[in-house]
Parts: sequence; structure tokens; C-alpha cells
Amino acid sequence: MFEAVLLTVITAATPIMIAAIGELVVERSGVLNLGVEGMMIMGAVIGFAVANQTGSGSLGVVAAILAGMGMSALFGFLVLILVTNQVATGLALTILGIGFSGLIGEAFIGVPGLKLPELFIPGLSEIPFIGPVFFQQDAIVYLGFALVAAVAYVLFRTRLGLVLRAVGDNHGSAHALGYSVIRVRFAAILFGGACAGLAGAYMSLAYTPQWVENMTAGRGWIALALVVFSSWLPLRVVVGAYLFGAVSVLNLHAQAVEILDIPSQFLSSLPYLATIVVLVLISANRRLTLVNTPACLGKPFVPDR
Amino acid sequence: MKSILKATVAAAAMVVAGSAANAADVKACFVYVGPVGDFGWTYQHDQGRLAVEEKFGDKVETAYLESVPEGPDAERAIERFAREGCNIIFTTSFGYMNPTIKVAKKFPDVKFEHATGYKSADNVATYNSKFHEGRYIIGQIAAKQSKSGVAGYIASFPIPEVIAGINAFLLGAQSVNPDFKLKVVWVNTWFDPGKEADAAKALIDQGADIITQHTDSTAPLQVAQERGVHGFGQASDMINFAKDAQYTAIIDDWAPYYIHRVQDMLDGKWETGSSWDGLAEGHVVMAPYTNLPDDVVKMAQETEAKIKGGWEPFTGPITKQDGSVAAEDGVRLDDGAILGMNWYVQGVDDKLPQ
Amino acid sequence: MRIELVKRKEHSQLMALLSPLIAVGLTALAAGIIFAVTGHNPFVGLYKFFIEPLTQQWSLEATIEKATPLILIGCGLAVCYLSNNWNIGAEGQFVVGALFGSFLPVLFPSFENAATLPLMLIFGAIGGALWALIPAILKTRFNTNEILTSLMLVYVASLILDYLVRGPWRDPDGYNFPESRIFSDAATLPDVFGGLMSLATPITLIVAVVLAIVLAKTLKGFEIRVMGESPRAGGFAGFSSKRLTIFAFALAGALAGLAGTMEVSGGLNQLLPVISPGYGFTAIIVAFLGRLNPIGIIVAGFVLALSYIGGEGVQSAMGVSNKIASVIQGLLLFFVLACDTLILYRIRMVSRRAPSGEASHV
Repeated sequence: MFEAVLLTVITAATPIMIAAIGELVVERSGVLNLGVEGMMIMGAVIGFAVANQTGSGSLGVVAAILAGMGMSALFGFLVLILVTNQVATGLALTILGIGFSGLIGEAFIGVPGLKLPELFIPGLSEIPFIGPVFFQQDAIVYLGFALVAAVAYVLFRTRLGLVLRAVGDNHGSAHALGYSVIRVRFAAILFGGACAGLAGAYMSLAYTPQWVENMTAGRGWIALALVVFSSWLPLRVVVGAYLFGAVSVLNLHAQAVEILDIPSQFLSSLPYLATIVVLVLISANRRLTLVNTPACLGKPFVPDR
Repeated sequence: MKSILKATVAAAAMVVAGSAANAADVKACFVYVGPVGDFGWTYQHDQGRLAVEEKFGDKVETAYLESVPEGPDAERAIERFAREGCNIIFTTSFGYMNPTIKVAKKFPDVKFEHATGYKSADNVATYNSKFHEGRYIIGQIAAKQSKSGVAGYIASFPIPEVIAGINAFLLGAQSVNPDFKLKVVWVNTWFDPGKEADAAKALIDQGADIITQHTDSTAPLQVAQERGVHGFGQASDMINFAKDAQYTAIIDDWAPYYIHRVQDMLDGKWETGSSWDGLAEGHVVMAPYTNLPDDVVKMAQETEAKIKGGWEPFTGPITKQDGSVAAEDGVRLDDGAILGMNWYVQGVDDKLPQ
Repeated sequence: MRIELVKRKEHSQLMALLSPLIAVGLTALAAGIIFAVTGHNPFVGLYKFFIEPLTQQWSLEATIEKATPLILIGCGLAVCYLSNNWNIGAEGQFVVGALFGSFLPVLFPSFENAATLPLMLIFGAIGGALWALIPAILKTRFNTNEILTSLMLVYVASLILDYLVRGPWRDPDGYNFPESRIFSDAATLPDVFGGLMSLATPITLIVAVVLAIVLAKTLKGFEIRVMGESPRAGGFAGFSSKRLTIFAFALAGALAGLAGTMEVSGGLNQLLPVISPGYGFTAIIVAFLGRLNPIGIIVAGFVLALSYIGGEGVQSAMGVSNKIASVIQGLLLFFVLACDTLILYRIRMVSRRAPSGEASHV
């Protein structure tokens, strides 16, 4: 029973975790991209379309990543080169992504998709309980954890991470030290797009292997919330994603066993309320938040100002 | 810039000339609440529209607006159609009821058809289908096929239609196995494949080996396929998504109704009214019975025939969840009681959200 | 060759006027290409999208009606954004405002007199303001990021509305369908100017003009702008950033709540499980397109509303899917945002060997 619930939680948590870890890197570089939902839905449709046409799930995943990067490059060009407002540009990206994905996907409605295979890690996957939960997942689940670990390592243990954080915290100084703020940010935005695309591919190739319009159903926004929830620390993204996944899955289980006698709207609102409460608890610790919040978040950078 | 303007003016002239040239006898217009690509509710209505086009050819012109949110946008969309020369306008979501009535008052010469509502007027007819007839049949199949004796029901919102569906399903199941259990999960959405899949998994984990749904996506059936349990398609035949898992599907077929009403328009015979038809009239269609033993198929077909012959699944004895009697033995519930249903029958393992 | 932006010494007045026109031109070009690629006559499509809504009285009225809530919410958001308060939860404030504004006609339907409507509007504004104060107070007290809290509260607000309309506030004569009772005439926002527009439109225009004057001419306006550009400098001038946060959120919430109440009272005449087609989010775009200036917001609200009405026009007349309308809308926003750059910067082409390339940031 517990094992089964955990398996459901993993699928629910994976897409938001992957999208969030990408956005975390973007925000660490000082850019706020509210277009996660738009990039994710483009990843979902392109991933599905390519997998469907080629018969290869892996090609679908690669195409989804490229689609996310393409969308994010558009965003990057606007906010970095043309210095447009980040909030408005991100929202516009979401509108564009939802429309564009619907257009591309018209041919794939009602077409059964192919599901990414689960990878059984020999030996380990036979361990009771631990095996099925940790060693019988599809590749994207493993990739998600690898991404989080890699981001955590790069961000805090390498020079690249130091540069990225410097650009996000004080772009003026970073520029004065000779780093190309724009180049670093563009790379971060592309990484964020790649992650969002991958998360989209997970939706249309693993979570619910099919294409339907608006199938991401707001998960891009949840990913944005997770980044702040995590106070910009990668490992906390995992905690947040699993907490969020668990609350929404347990809501369904609680209904099925009839242990709670409260309006279902209240249960549905729990994940959001929980996020607010945790945000308050984390941010009330002023020292911690101030250390991790990228000081230049959302602020445009023009070198010859 | 200038040349664009010039071309646009020229185009405007073409538009005016064009609309005069190929005037069809009847223009039928459709307002949809979801995208035509939802492969569920709206998709089926659009299939109905396409059937109208195919049937009447040049005599009938159709137009549609998709993803029109219920609320102020709905009134505007309906009014646009009325002004653009639509003779008959189908508004296909419950939330369009009051906007439809409002616009109908302004345009007495245009005919309106509102799906699933209860307000009509001289130029507003209502229509709906008896989906609960199909749900009774799948309830019977579920009780025959289930090993655990528990089915899971993914429900959207506690409106009468959904509640009647749950009750009909359980009545069907109880007619086979009086102890059959039904677990209900409310997901508070018509459409969120991820959430529907999670709900299906939760229900299976709680012991359900039959999954049925009153939400629009194919995700629950895909989960059933994956987990080796069974389920039923909703709105469309979803067999392509679950070759081994789907027993049958309750298909909404709006084409007969739309063709019938547009024909009435062409003949000048359109009258207001309230249509509520089901299996007998072909508005609700059972997809081919698959993955089932012959005796169960036979039972399902017999029930289907019985309903087509005029039998109502909501025929007593029916006991409400609180133990009170809803209908005495042999008494059938009247249409109003079914259309406004706000109570569970005995045996539902859930408390009705109020 | 590379592109380089050079900051203008002062805002280009010419570009301030030209940039929206260039953007619309580029959008028209892109839209034409999209129509052509998808097999539709691009000229008919463009005419239907951008011009036809302006040629008929009813579609013009519909455009104004659609623009009204966007402008009112956008004005409040502009004050937030000018003062660096990132309120993106106007959608929730709109909904809670509508709930507060509706409790009179829903729970006390027999309370029908001249005071009904004014009271509803006041309650609506209060409701929206209270909902907006939650992220404001969390921000000032606990330093909690307001982008996320205000966004999370949108979902909570919609679920409260959903619960009320399906439960306690359901129409007792409505066969259990999820809708409230229909408001009485005394609780219905009247039309003005011979039925041309709802009273909501003049109220919105007055609010926008007053706000424009306040922002440009008063000390409060100065405070908002200073605190937005340089909180430190504002601090020296004796302004409190916390008080301003509370003020900006309360104002934005009140206007969103007012818009919500006017929408249910005038347009819907009842509460439904969903009362807003995303006004609160679209208004964010309107606020930025209007360059956070109330007069600009009026124009921006109108243009965006036009894109909705025009989008429906091409759908119904040409069978174009609404996805194309949404793509065109997204492109319009991109072009407007991108062209606005021309007001602040000049674009210069720099060849790679030029020594001035050092200053480049590409």
C-alpha cells in the first residue's frame, strides 16, 4: 500500500521537480521566467509528435528538450537583448506556447502515445519495496534526480556556479570583473527551457502518454512556486516537489477511504495553502532567505548604463 | 503599410461579396466550452457538427467557437453568432444557460438550443442525453467482472447528472451483486489528465479493480491498461488507448439530434421543446463489448435491449443512502427527480459533497 | 556584425508614438503569414481580426465591455509594479471581491433599495483589498515573496467560490445546479448612455484618470515612483516601504474587487463556479503594455480586448481555430514589448572589428 502510494507520488512529483530545477538555475542568474507553463506544453506536444512519427521515445525526449530551449531562446532574446520586461514577456511566452502547442497538436488528438519504458536496474530492482520504488522507474525519473544533484554540485562547488550566482546577486560587479552577464544569463535561460521541455515530455510520454490540449494543466506555475518554496536551494526542490505531490495524491487516497468528511474543494486547496505556510516559515528566517535570494532577480542588465 | 491597408480594404469587399454569393439555407452555429481536441465532451459535439455538414452539404453552413469560458464571454459569443446570421445556435455547456436565454430574448427570430440546462423559451429548446442508461449497463458489467467486488469512480463535480450516473452505475452493479462496493473520488475538474491518472491509481491501490470515470480524458483507462485492471471509455470510444482494458464505452452521439433539428429548420418546422433521449434513439451508444466473456456480453446486450424497449434504470425498489425509500417496487422515478438528483443510493461508499 | 543597444539620452517621443504602430504592423505581417500557411486568405483574416470589430456598433460595445475590467485591474496593478510590489494574484482578488459584493443579493435578496448597489460596490472593493492584504502583510511581516503567495491565493479564491456556488450559496430554486440565484434589479449594475455601455465603463475611466493625476502630480505619486526606483533614496526622504506595500496591495485589491463585483452585478447577474476568463492575469499584460501609466493602460486594455473580439471573429467566420488567435495574441505582446525598447535605446549595428565593440554585451 505505502509502496503504491509512493510510486504515484513519484510520477506526480517528477515533472514539477524537473521544471523547477531548471527555473531555479534561471532565477539564480537573476532572471525571472514566468513562461515555464508555455515551454512545458511545447515540450509535451513536440515530444509526443516526434515520438509518434519516429517511433522512438528517446528522440521524442530530445526533441522536447530542443523545443523548450527554442522557446526559452525567444524569451532570452527579448529580455536580455531587447531588455523587455521579464514578467510580461514570460506571461506572453505562456500564451504563445499554449496556442502554438494546440495548433501543432491538432493532428495528434485521439492518437495513442507510446510510453517510455521503465528501466530495471539489474539486481537492485529485485530488492523488496526499495527495488520497485527506486530502481524500476523510467529514464526521466532518474534523469530528474541526476539533474538536481548536478545543479546542486555545479552551483555550490564549481567556479561556473560561483559565476552564475555572482551574476544573479550583483550583475554590476560581475560585469566589472569581466564576466559576460548576458552570456551567462542566456545559458541559464536555455538550461531552464531544456528542463521545462523535458518536464513536458514526461507529461506526454510517461505520466499520461497521449496528447491533449492544455495537458500540463498549470504544472508550470506550480514549478515556479516550488523554486521560491525551496528558497533557491536545489535539494529543497526535491523536498517541495515530493511534498506537493504527496499532498495532492493523499487527497485522492483520503477520499477513496472516506477518512475525511470535509468539502473536496478544501482538500484541493491544501497544496496551495501548504505552500504559503511553508513559504512563510522559511522566509520568516530572514538570514537564510536573504543569503539565498538572488539580489538581482528580475532586474534588467544593460552594460553601458 | 499602405499596400497592406489597400489589400485589406479589397479583402473587406470580398468578404461582403462572398457572403452574399454562397448563402446557405440554414446557418447552424455551435458554442463549445472546451477545445475541439479534448477527445471528450467537446470533441463529440464537434463530431455532431461535422455530421451535419456532411449530411446537408451546401444547404447548411456551420460555424463554431471553441474554448469559450462560461461567463461574460459566453454571452458575447452567442450574441456574435446571432448577429452574424446564424439561424440556429447550439450552446453546449450547462453554464451557457442564462446567457443563452438573455441573447434569445434579444433575437426572437433566431433559434437556440441549450444542452444540459432546464430553462427554455419560445425560441430556446433544451436537449440532453440519458447517459445514466449506459452507466447502468457498465455497472452490471463491473459487478460481473470484478474480483474484488469494488469499483472506483472518478467524478468531476457533484451536479445532478454526475450523481445520477454514480447511482445508475451502482444500481446496475447491485442487480448482479447486492454487496458490490463503489468508491468515489471527486477531482473537481472536468479535464486534467495527470490528476485523473493519479485518482485512478489511488482507487486501484485502494482495492478497486474496475475503474470508471465522469471526467473527459483517456488517462484513467491508460492507467487501468498499465495496471492490468479494467475500465470503460467516456464520451468517445477509447479502445485505442486501452486495447486490453476497455470493456465498452458510453459514447455521446449528438449527430442524430443535430441532423434532426437542422432538418426541422430546413423544413420550417422547428419548435421549442425539451429533448432527453438515450439508447433507444441512438443519442447514447455503447461501444463494442470487448475483453468480456460471452455470457457477460449477452447480459449487457439484453439490458441494452430492455432499456431500448422503454425500461428505465431508475425503477424501484430504490433506497437512498440514508435508508429512506426513493421509489417503491416497480415505480419509476420521474424525469424531474432524475434531472435534479441530489442523493446517493444505498451502498455508495462516499458522502455526497454538499 | 552584431546588434548593440545604445541608451538614448532622453526618451524618444517619436518612438514612443511609433513603437506600438510598428508592433501592430509586425503582428499583422506575422499573422498574415500564419493565415496563409494554414490555408486561409490572409487579407480576409487580417480584416476580420483587426478592423471589423471596429466597424460595427455591437462589436465596438463588446470590445469596450471586455476592456473595462482589464483596465480597472491594470490600473491597480500599475501602482503595485511602480512601487516594486509584484502582485500577480489580481485574479483571486477579483473573485473574492465578487464574493463580498454578492453576499447582499445572494443571502438577502429582499434587501432591495437605492443603497443595495452602492453597498455591493463598497463591499466588493473591501473584499478584494482584504484578500490582497494577505500577501502584503506576509511580505511586510515575514518577508515572504509576494509573487508566490498572491499566485497561490488565486487558486484558493477560486476554490472558495466553487465551494460556495455548489454549496451554501446555491440557488434554492436551481435544481441543485451550481449557480447562485439571479440578482434583483436593485442589485444589477445599470447601463448608461442609452444602453451603450455598462456603468462600469465610466467608473473605470474616472478611476484611471484620477489615478493618472495622482501619480503625476501628487506627493503620493512621487512616493510610489521614488520607492519603486530607489527604496534607499525613498527611505532618506522619510517614506516607509512597508506602508507603501500595504497601500499598493490594498489599492490593487480594491480595484480588482470592484471590477469583480461590477462583472457579476452587470454582466453575469449571478455567481457561477467560474466568473472570470482570466481577467486578473490578462490585466498584468495590460498594465505592462500600458507602460504602467493609467492612460496607456486604457489604450492597452482596448487593444487587448480587440484582439479577443477579433480572434473570435476569425474563428466564427473562417473556421480558424482559436489557437491561431492565441498565437497572434502572444506575438502581438512580443512585438509590443520588443518595440518598446526603441523608446529607450537606439539599435546600432557594429562590425566585429570596431573598437567600440568592447562595450557590447552580446
